[in-house]
Amino acid sequence: MLFLVQDGITNGAIYALLGLALVLVFAVTRVILIPQGEFVTYGALTYATLSAGQVPGTARLAVAMGVVAFGLDLFAGRRSLHPSLVGRAFAVNIILPVVILALTSWLAGRQTPIAINIALSLLIVAAIGLFLYRIAFQPIAHTSVLVLLIASVGCHLALQGFGLVFFGAEGQRGPTLSDAAFTVGPLRFSGQSVAVYAITVAFIIGLWLFFGFTLYGKALRATAVNRLGARLVGIRTTLSGQIAFLLASVIGAISGILIVPITTLYYDTGFLIGLKGFIAAIIGGLVSYPLTAIAALVVGSVEAFSSFYASNFKEVIVFTLILPVLVLRSLAAPAVEEEKD
Amino acid sequence: MMMQRLPIIVFALVMAAIPFIPGMPPFWIVLLDNIGLAALVAMGLVLLTGVGGLTSFGQAAFCGFGAYTTAVLTTAYGVSPWLTLPASLLVSAIAAVVLGLVTVRLSGHYLPLGTIAWGIGLFYLFSKLEFLGRNDGISGIPPLTIGPLKMLDPGTIYFAIWIAVLIAALLTMNLLDSRTGRAIRALRRGHVAAEAFGVQTPRAKLLVFIYAAVLAGLSGWLYAHFQRAANPTPFGAQAGIEYLFIAVVGGAGYVWGGVLGAGIVVILKEILQSYLPYLFHGEGQLETIVFGILLVVLLQLAPTGVWPWLMTRLPFKPKRRPPDTSLTLPARKRTADVPAVLLQIDNARKQFGGVIAVNNVSFDVQAREIVALIGPNGAGKSTTFNLITGVLTSSGGTISVLGRNINNAPPQEVAKLGIARTFQHVKLVPDMSVLENVAIGAHLRGHAGAISSMLRLDRSDEARLLAEAARQIERVGLGDQIDALAGSLSLGQQRIVEIARALCVDPILLLLDEPAAGLRHMEKQQLATLLRQLRDGGMSVLLVEHDMGFVMDLADRIVVLDFGTKIAEGAPQAIKTNPEVIKAYLGAVA
Repeated sequence: MLFLVQDGITNGAIYALLGLALVLVFAVTRVILIPQGEFVTYGALTYATLSAGQVPGTARLAVAMGVVAFGLDLFAGRRSLHPSLVGRAFAVNIILPVVILALTSWLAGRQTPIAINIALSLLIVAAIGLFLYRIAFQPIAHTSVLVLLIASVGCHLALQGFGLVFFGAEGQRGPTLSDAAFTVGPLRFSGQSVAVYAITVAFIIGLWLFFGFTLYGKALRATAVNRLGARLVGIRTTLSGQIAFLLASVIGAISGILIVPITTLYYDTGFLIGLKGFIAAIIGGLVSYPLTAIAALVVGSVEAFSSFYASNFKEVIVFTLILPVLVLRSLAAPAVEEEKD
Repeated sequence: MMMQRLPIIVFALVMAAIPFIPGMPPFWIVLLDNIGLAALVAMGLVLLTGVGGLTSFGQAAFCGFGAYTTAVLTTAYGVSPWLTLPASLLVSAIAAVVLGLVTVRLSGHYLPLGTIAWGIGLFYLFSKLEFLGRNDGISGIPPLTIGPLKMLDPGTIYFAIWIAVLIAALLTMNLLDSRTGRAIRALRRGHVAAEAFGVQTPRAKLLVFIYAAVLAGLSGWLYAHFQRAANPTPFGAQAGIEYLFIAVVGGAGYVWGGVLGAGIVVILKEILQSYLPYLFHGEGQLETIVFGILLVVLLQLAPTGVWPWLMTRLPFKPKRRPPDTSLTLPARKRTADVPAVLLQIDNARKQFGGVIAVNNVSFDVQAREIVALIGPNGAGKSTTFNLITGVLTSSGGTISVLGRNINNAPPQEVAKLGIARTFQHVKLVPDMSVLENVAIGAHLRGHAGAISSMLRLDRSDEARLLAEAARQIERVGLGDQIDALAGSLSLGQQRIVEIARALCVDPILLLLDEPAAGLRHMEKQQLATLLRQLRDGGMSVLLVEHDMGFVMDLADRIVVLDFGTKIAEGAPQAIKTNPEVIKAYLGAVA
C-alpha cells in the first residue's frame, strides 16, 4: 500500500511540474501547450544521448529553428532595421544555438560530468521552446484560443516526428542523478525520488515568488489578464510570451531528466505524460498553482493504484478521472459571456 | 431553387461517373472512399466547431462506437449489416448524449481539453475490452449487400459512402438554413443574445454534439464494412486531431469545406507518405513533421480555411430569393384590458461582491409609454436591464411583468412574456446576413424542429419567419441592407438591426440599451419617429441613452440613476431643472 502511495507521489510530482508549466503558458499566452510532452522527451532523450557521448539531433534542430526565427524577426522588423535590433536578433537566434551546438559537438565523446550534460540539455530545450513561440505562436498571438490550440497540435505533431528522427523508435534511459538511497521504516527512498520531490517543491515556491514579488512576474500576469492593457502600460507582450515558453520548456526538460533514469522513455512517451499533467492543470482550472499541484498528486496516486489493481485499465481510469471534475466544474461555473474570435 | 441545387447535382453526377472512367486506377477509388469517410466526420465537426463554436478532438471515438457496434453485432450475433446501421447510429448518439451532458456546458478551452481526455480514455477502453477483441480488434465483418450485390471491393462500397456524404451534406445544409440552424449559428458568438430571444442554448449545443457524433458513427459503420475489420488505432487521439485538422483546412464554417478539407488532407497524406521517404531517405514518420508544420503555416496564412478563399474568387455570387412579405405570423395575444402598469420594479438590488451596482431601485413602466433610464457611466443602467431580462440574478427585490413576478426567470422565459431587448455592445452574428440575424428575433414564433428542418418540412414555418423579419427590417429603414452581412454594417446601423430583431419578438415592452449611440442626426430623428409610432401602436419602450437632446424630446418620463441609486424621476422638464440630477452630471455646484 505505502509503496503505491510513494510511487504515486513521485509520478504526481512530475505531473505537478508539467501542470504548473501548462498553467503558466496558458495564463500568459492563452496557448494550451500540447507540445509540453515533447519538451519532456526532448529534455530526457537529449540528456540520455549526451550521456552516451553523442551529439543529439535536438541541438541541430535548435540551430535550424533559430535561423527561421531570425528570418521572421527580420521580416517583422523590415520597416525599421536598426543595427541594434538586427544585432540582438542575431545574437539570440543565431549565435546562441550555434554556440550550444558547437559546445555539444566539442564535448561529445568526452567524459563529461552529469551536471554539464544536464545544463546542456536544458539550454538546448530552452532554445527550442523560445524559438517555438517565436515561429509558431507569436505571429498569431492575437487570435482565438481555438486557433492557438490547433497550432499547438501542429507543433506537437511536428516535434514528435522530429523526436522519432533524432532518437529513433527505441526507448532510452539516462544515468541517475544520485545513487544514494536510504530507508525510513518500510519505505526505501532513492536519491532520484528525493531529487524529484525537492525540485518540484523548489519550482512551486520559485514560481510563487516570481509571480508574486518580481516585476517580470507581475508583467506576465498583467499580460495574461489583458494583452492590450499590458501593451499600453509598456509591457512587451511578445517578451512575456517568450519568457513563458522559456520557463515551460525548461520545466518540461527538467521533468524529463528527472524521470529518464526511473523509466524508459520513447520518442512519443511525452505526449501521454504531458496529458496527465493536463488533467492536473484542468482540475486546477488552468489558473491555480497550488490546486494544480495537489491535483497532480491525486492523478499520480490514482495511476499508481490502478496500475497495481487494474493495470489493463490504467489509462482508461486516469483519463476518465477528468469527467467527474468536468461535471463539477460545469455545474459550478457561472454563465460567463465569452467574446470569441 | 434550381440554381441553388445545380452545383450539388453536378457534383453528384461527377462523383457517380468517376468509377466508370476507363482506366481509373483502383487505388484512386480507395483514396476517394477514404475521403468520403473522412468528409462525413469533418462535416459533423463543421457544424460542431466551425458553426457552433464547440471544439472537439474526440470525434474519432464516435467513429469507434459506430464501427464496433456493427462489428460486434454482425460477427458475434450474425445480425444483418443494414440492421446494424440504426444500432450504430443509436449507440453513437447515446454516447454523445452522455458525454455531451458532461462536456458541452464547459466554457471555452475546457471543452477541447475535455474532449481530448475522454477521446484518449475511450481509445484505451476499445483496446482493452475483451469483447471488442482488445488491440487486435474484430475481423471478418460481413460486407454490405443489396440483394445479390456484395459490396466487397472499394469500387462498389464507393457508392454507399458517397451517397451517405451527399445525403449528409444536404441534410446539414438544410439544417443550417432554418430556425434551428440560426440558433446554432448564433452559439459561437456567445449565448446571451440568443437566449434573450428564447433560444435554449444548452439544448442547441447538445443537438449539434449529437448530430456530429451520429455522422461520425455513420462514418465508422461504413468504415467497418469497407475494411471488414475494426481495430482501435483509427479511433485514437491522433485520428481525432486529424479530423479537426481536416475541418480547419477546408474551412471550419462551411459544409463543403469539410469535404474539400478531407480531399486535401487525405491526398496530401498519401503523397507525403509515398514520396517523402525517397526525398529524405529517412525512416520514421516524416509525414507527421511536414503535416504539423503545414498546419502551423496554414493557420498563419489562412485561418479560415481553403473553401471560403475559393468562394471569394468565384465570378458569380449565389443570390437568395427575397422573402415573400405577404405571409404573416400570428400576433401575440394581448389582453384587451392591458393593466396600466406593464413592468414594475420594486426595490431591485444587485451586488457584485462588495460593489452595489443597483441599490434598491424602484420604478415602473406603464402601457403606451416611453421611459428613459439615464445616469452617468457606472450608474447601474445596463445592470438594471440585465436584471429585468434575466441575464443576471438579482440579490433582492422583485420585478414583475403584467403583475406576474418574474424574479430570476431565465432570459428565455422573459422573452416569452413579450420583453425584447437590444444590447449596449452590439451582439449580432457578423457572418450572418441582416435578414438571418433579425429572424433570430422571431425564434419563439416558429415551431419547426431540427429534424423537420433537415427534411425541409419546415418551409411554410420558415417562410413566415423570414417574412416577418423582412417586414421589421423594412420598418426600421434598412431594406437595402437586408442581404448584407451584419458585420459589414456601420455600428449605428447594427444597433438598428438589433432593434429590428427585438421587434420580431412582437414585444409588449422594448428595452433599448443606448440605441442612438453612433447614429447621425437624421438617423436619430428617424429612430425617434419610429419609437413614437411603436408607442402609439401600443408598445412600451424603456431605454438607456446618453444623448440628452434625444431623450428629452422623446421620453414621456425619465428615471435617473446615480451610483446604483434612483435620485430622481419625472417628466423631462422637471428632470432638466432637478438640482440632484445636475449635481450628478456636473458635480457639486460651487
